[in-house]
Amino acid sequence: MTLAVFFGCTFIAFGPAFSLFLFTIARDPLRIIILIAGAFFWLVSLLLSSLIWFIAVKASDPRDEPLQKGLLIFGVMFSVLLQEAFRFLYYKLLRKAIEGLVALSEDGCSPISIQQMAYVAGVGFGLMSGAFSMINLLADALGPGTVGIHGDSQLYFLTSAFMTMVLIFLHTFWGILFFHGCENRRWWEIVAVVVMHLAVSGSTFCNPLYVGSLVPSYVLMAIAAVWAYMLSGGSVQNLRRFLLCAQSGASPQPAS
Amino acid sequence: MITFMNNSDSEDEPCNERTSLMSAESPPVPSYQDGLQASETREAQTHRKRQTGSSRSPNNVADEDTSDLDVRVRESALENEEEELTLKYGAKHVIMLFVPVTLCMIVVVATIKSVRFYTEKNGQLIYTPFSEDTPSVGQRLLNSVLNTIIMISVIVVMTVFLVVLYKYRCYKFIHGWLILSSFMLLFLFTYIYLGEVLKTYNVAMDYPTVILIIWNFGAVGMICIHWKGPLQLQQAYLIMISALMALVFIKYLPEWSAWVILGAISIYDLIAVLCPKGPLRMLVETAQERNEPIFPALIYSSAMIWTVGMAKPDTAAKGQSQQTWDADGRENHSSSSHSDSQILDTRSPAPSHPITLEEMEEEERGVKLGLGDFIFYSVLVGKAAATPSGDWNTTLACFVAILIGLCLTLLLLAVFKKALPALPISITFGLIFYFSTDNLVRPFMDTLASHQLYI
Repeated sequence: MTLAVFFGCTFIAFGPAFSLFLFTIARDPLRIIILIAGAFFWLVSLLLSSLIWFIAVKASDPRDEPLQKGLLIFGVMFSVLLQEAFRFLYYKLLRKAIEGLVALSEDGCSPISIQQMAYVAGVGFGLMSGAFSMINLLADALGPGTVGIHGDSQLYFLTSAFMTMVLIFLHTFWGILFFHGCENRRWWEIVAVVVMHLAVSGSTFCNPLYVGSLVPSYVLMAIAAVWAYMLSGGSVQNLRRFLLCAQSGASPQPAS
Repeated sequence: MITFMNNSDSEDEPCNERTSLMSAESPPVPSYQDGLQASETREAQTHRKRQTGSSRSPNNVADEDTSDLDVRVRESALENEEEELTLKYGAKHVIMLFVPVTLCMIVVVATIKSVRFYTEKNGQLIYTPFSEDTPSVGQRLLNSVLNTIIMISVIVVMTVFLVVLYKYRCYKFIHGWLILSSFMLLFLFTYIYLGEVLKTYNVAMDYPTVILIIWNFGAVGMICIHWKGPLQLQQAYLIMISALMALVFIKYLPEWSAWVILGAISIYDLIAVLCPKGPLRMLVETAQERNEPIFPALIYSSAMIWTVGMAKPDTAAKGQSQQTWDADGRENHSSSSHSDSQILDTRSPAPSHPITLEEMEEEERGVKLGLGDFIFYSVLVGKAAATPSGDWNTTLACFVAILIGLCLTLLLLAVFKKALPALPISITFGLIFYFSTDNLVRPFMDTLASHQLYI
């Protein structure tokens, strides 16, 4: 494990998220606050779910392996559900915030729309989730050791980095989908987000069979990306115009 | 207390530059004036002097820190506009405080994680005489509580002493005290820090180079903090001395005492700022009676450059970086002796044209946060980083918790429009998240990571 592994995994895992942050969030103070608050909400959900898991583990027999495994599965699923519940709570909070911002603004419209808030909230959740999964690994990657010396997979760091990246993206898209579903009362979108999250977390139980976890996650990410793009007002025409830098009277604006 | 700041630093200037200029040059805006008067009567500003000492100094040179948050915004005529300004400027001010707090924490965490010196136990401060090396848990708890009581009473005594000095106008004494403490921080602690960093990375350095570096660093720091200097440099120096002070605390406070002290200091902060008989409140009221700006202790100010400067009566000696110049021959250097050490920043043109209302509205409001707040935030995060388990998640969780606490404090500021203590909410969140992350989340995440599961 070397500096190369450390930097490589850091950039794989956090590079896209960091550039998203830099180009879309860092300029606007309100968005930064929403980001940090989103991270905070994710953290609280993690806290509560670990509390439940901890109590369950302490109340059970530590030597019973299948039971511990079952408790772990239960912990993971419960954590996913709690994260989505907190996403809903955050949506409620942001709705109230928008009403406050509208009331306080001079021209009756809020400086930030709910769609933008959805995106930023998703990035907040994703960044915190990714950070909690990855940072300890990165710190260990700097130190001495050999990956997989006891027969485990040698690709541990790399696959963790890729998994983290896909999870950050997924959280971003789920944020958009979830908030859109809440806004427009489309419950099936919310259910879809929850099911997708459960699926992604469930697929990681296939690790170290990485084909079983990474491939479905990336496929789901692509689906969620397309869906979120459509919901945000994108279309095939927009995409073609953007890619071809078509000049149709006005210069094309990059999607915010 | 969090207050909203006029462009004038002094809270109650019944005849400040703004009013005088306003009445001379622009049609009077009655509600604006009334708003100003009302705000000035409402405003109160608290600083808390926090005395800290180091075991290394034979004489108890104490550091003073203020740990209250001042946010002042200019009152505007319309209530809506004012609230909208509040919120609109609120987000910007939050970020203006996030950045330095984050930088300070990064410096502290980076040092704690890399330099072994600051996590080694090499004795304790004289303010925490009881050792925690006792076998029984109860005894250890008792010792830490006693240490806390001693430390807090030292702080209270120092603060009251300072208030008394201020009341009896011993400005030179206070100023000398401040200069001595920042001198010690900038030279002695920096020298120790540099030495330890060099030892960690096994870099050899000869004494002449060290002397040159430390001398330049310290001298420029003294000038920037106590006299004039570029805004960024001042802020950087204040962040550095806060980080150094926090590192001293992290090193010399025993484990349990540190946590109890953090809890106690936020309670003390709450009491001192909000109670009518609190020392800080009395300090503020004294300053208001004398029509002086609050005593310039260590404050971090992130005030942006104003497009139109107003004559400032007495900016805070440290950390103030607003532009000032005298307008209309108004003498602003009032009674305080440290008026000669005003921080006047780089550009200071005199206005040669009548200052219109629009120009005044272009002025930016600054945000001030006491260095004591920086120090205790960094102590919390640094202690989280120094846990024996080496877990980074705990550090990250405390960091986010403190930032959210700061955000909430500023929100309360916007709502209540009076000075509020900056420590309680952040430290409470920080403590909750530290203990819960270290004991609950860490085993969960470790188990997940060992099976490579993702939530």
